[in-house]
Amino acid sequence: MLPARSRRVRAVREAALGYLLVLPALAVFGVFVFYPFAQNFRLALYETPPYPGLPSRYVGLHQVGQVLTSSSFLQSLGATLLFVVIVVPAGLLGGLLLAVAAHRRLRGMTVYRLVFSSTVVSSVAVSALVFGTLMDPVVGLLPWLGLNPSPPILQNTTWALPAIAVMAVWQFLGLAFVVMSAGLSAVPEEVLEAARVDGASERTVFWRVTVPLLSPTIFFGLVVATIYAFGTFGQVDILIGYSNAAFEHVNLLVYDILNTIQVTKTPGQAAVLSIALFVLTLGVTLVQLRFIERRVHYGS
Amino acid sequence: MRYALLTLGAVVVLAPLYLTVVNSLLPPSALAERPPPFFPLHPRWHDYPVAWSQGHLGVYLRNSAIQTVIIVCGQLVTSVLAGYAFAFVRFPFRRVLFVVFLATLMIPFEVTLVTNTQTISSLGWYNTFEGLAVPFLATGFGTFLVRQAFLQIPRDLREAATLDGYGHLRFMLRVAVPLARPALAALGVFSFLAAWNQYLWPLVVTGSGDNVRTVQIGLKLLQGTQVSHTDVALAGTVIAVAPLVVLLVAFQKQLVRSLTGGAVK
Amino acid sequence: MAGGLAQARVRERRVEAGAGAGEGDRGETQLAEVAFRGATKRFDGRAAVDHLDLDIADGELLVLLGPSGCGKTTALRLVAGLEEPDEGAISIGGQVVNDVEPKDRDVAMVFQSYALYPHLSVERNIEFPLRQRQVPADERRRRAREAAGSLGLTDLLDRKPRQLSGGQRQRVALARAIVRQPKAFLMDEPLSNLDAALRLQTRADIVALQARLGTTTLYVTHDQVEAMTMGHRIAVMDMGVLQQVAAPSDLYDLPANAFVAQFLGSPGMNLLPAVLEPGQPSARVSGGHLPLGEGAAAAAARAAPLVVGVRPEHLFLSPAGTLGATVLLVELLGAEVQVLCRLEDQTKLVVRQDASAPRPAIGEGVRVAASPGTVHVFTGEDGTRLGGPG
Repeated sequence: MLPARSRRVRAVREAALGYLLVLPALAVFGVFVFYPFAQNFRLALYETPPYPGLPSRYVGLHQVGQVLTSSSFLQSLGATLLFVVIVVPAGLLGGLLLAVAAHRRLRGMTVYRLVFSSTVVSSVAVSALVFGTLMDPVVGLLPWLGLNPSPPILQNTTWALPAIAVMAVWQFLGLAFVVMSAGLSAVPEEVLEAARVDGASERTVFWRVTVPLLSPTIFFGLVVATIYAFGTFGQVDILIGYSNAAFEHVNLLVYDILNTIQVTKTPGQAAVLSIALFVLTLGVTLVQLRFIERRVHYGS
Repeated sequence: MRYALLTLGAVVVLAPLYLTVVNSLLPPSALAERPPPFFPLHPRWHDYPVAWSQGHLGVYLRNSAIQTVIIVCGQLVTSVLAGYAFAFVRFPFRRVLFVVFLATLMIPFEVTLVTNTQTISSLGWYNTFEGLAVPFLATGFGTFLVRQAFLQIPRDLREAATLDGYGHLRFMLRVAVPLARPALAALGVFSFLAAWNQYLWPLVVTGSGDNVRTVQIGLKLLQGTQVSHTDVALAGTVIAVAPLVVLLVAFQKQLVRSLTGGAVK
Repeated sequence: MAGGLAQARVRERRVEAGAGAGEGDRGETQLAEVAFRGATKRFDGRAAVDHLDLDIADGELLVLLGPSGCGKTTALRLVAGLEEPDEGAISIGGQVVNDVEPKDRDVAMVFQSYALYPHLSVERNIEFPLRQRQVPADERRRRAREAAGSLGLTDLLDRKPRQLSGGQRQRVALARAIVRQPKAFLMDEPLSNLDAALRLQTRADIVALQARLGTTTLYVTHDQVEAMTMGHRIAVMDMGVLQQVAAPSDLYDLPANAFVAQFLGSPGMNLLPAVLEPGQPSARVSGGHLPLGEGAAAAAARAAPLVVGVRPEHLFLSPAGTLGATVLLVELLGAEVQVLCRLEDQTKLVVRQDASAPRPAIGEGVRVAASPGTVHVFTGEDGTRLGGPG
């Protein structure tokens, strides 16, 4: 006799296995992603006292309003938005250009590709130190190039933010290059060749054929770059800090959140800022999805 | 002509790191020269041991390594298990759960910072490896990548294995994982890079003392204390970057392939 | 019922293949007949397999034949346990196996795409089914080598599938199936990915193998030449419904309905709408009439409208022919000539005759005659056979 188990029993066992396999990841997400995210909404409604141990006070939306209209928030909002607007297009464009340039079967191309993707190894701290030195008024490269703003770049209220932006773009280039290269290799060579045979110039080929075919990749890069840009803060922490004169102009949102957690120790306010950050990131992504994805050309 | 552009691009990209290496090999006085030397004629290795000892880089590298290895292993394991379930196992709400997994990609880490610090604190994991690694033991991106790789396995193979008597677990270990090895390697590299380069979380969750401080925070400290000895800080940077450069050179093919087979198309 | 006739045929072929009249290399005395009882499987409300009743005798090679989408593969997968029937039962060796998991059914399947494990060597691929069954390592190796040897794979044991040709991969898939000595083989169009010459050779190899091993085999194909040359019996299916199950010659000479009649044969039987001539054993068709045997005429009298059928090789061009047609195409097939004609009402008619006979020109009007005793009669409604040939 062969062993028999009814269909229902088998389905139940399989379902149990499925849930078991998913459980570890889900547990991590539950505790460290979803719970904190939800908790933000609760925290935002409570004001915590400056001394630990004392109960927090429910203040409802009052705190939310307070934070969102505070000058420091508006400042960081402005700085962050400006930052994103600089970094995202610059990073993507840079990655795209490098990818296109390297997408040839010429000699030594492997070396170039390696070089272009190399910045993926750079961390926030690395890029901060590297550029921090380059921009140092005494030992850096800039004075030699004749750029000697006063006050020095990293304390300069006008130029501090662009300086940080440059660091962020440089750090992002490697990843942008890899992503764009991968997308480029999915563009069928025959289509480009057909266009060339049809008499199109390189520029036309690029804008009329390559870019549309590459649009899903560009779109993906756009979403990733945006989320990355909104989350930038490390360079600010390492190179600038609160005491810096230019601080207000570089007070990116995440830095503000950190500040609120560690220095002023007001988790309620931090929560409000976190929600603001999330809404901002999500909002921009949704806008991208809505308006830009429409022009993305899927399929071949 | 093409080469000119390429070289220009390469210079732009490499220059910062290159100069960093160069500067780390120069005596401090030389850094202020105009024009700054682009090539160390007499490389001074002096700074490296200084950076190492003063910056406690040995310890920090070890800590980073431990933290990173824990995270990478965790991510690989949880992604394989969940990815397999989503690809091959039938259970109710499977699709919903997958969307939930993807939703985690929409919530940037910074947004969960507030509560996570409290959670870690209350678990007593402040300034420990658990605190550093546990929140990152799973990733939606990893699960997605592995699921895609598993879905590439032809259905026939699964059925043949079923007829040959292989249940889910054995099929996963003996067939699915070996066949998905390229994707897993890519995920490993990607996770390694991300974990090693983490800055925000280690900053928040490690306190004073050297027991768990990672090399990224170590760099920050090195910068802070070495205002007049930039070359030492730079040497420290080079040391911190070196392992990753090795990794990149060894695994660059996998990295590209992972992103091709992943969400890009 | 499979019946004694099927069993006799099985024994006959096994003796031809040099095996004893007993159970062959299986070494077990368990019977492994397979049966479908009212088996039904639906996808999206449509029945892929519709109340199938079919018996396969122990040791028989039964071919499931039909056009794509007819349900033959689904029927196969029901036996394997890869699909579960919505109604009815499947039994193997006399036991109903509806609730038995695929791995416990002791059947081996050869997939159309071979389904070889790409990361394992040929030897490991063949061993694979045995590892699960806790067979000790040296026994595993022995049996795998034996199976490989019987299919000529001994030199290829260390290769990986991607290093093998299509024919070689096919043989590895077969070796993997036989190494377990299962109760039944299930083969899903195993030859369709091979080129013509290889197909011929492998066909013969599979028939010989099956005869030697004596394992009950269910073989799915859409190629009627394969079916006719390989099967002890053929089960023809269309739209999930079993049309007829019989030995190849019976299927060809006595099709149970118009579908089977035109599906078998290359080209299939000519089918023409017809009306019984009053008072005569003859059917009126467009352009003339065709003679019917007495039995056929009597059966035809009870039903109308009618469809008559006659195979191309039973027709010939003759000035005394009872049917008028216009020639559309003349194809020289070596020893024979195939003439495609058009009747008055635009129906096409295919005539096959010896190459030595006088060949008509395109556009020529010709007279077609049917050899005596070759006309079949089917109902016009659902194509069921009424009578004939004759």
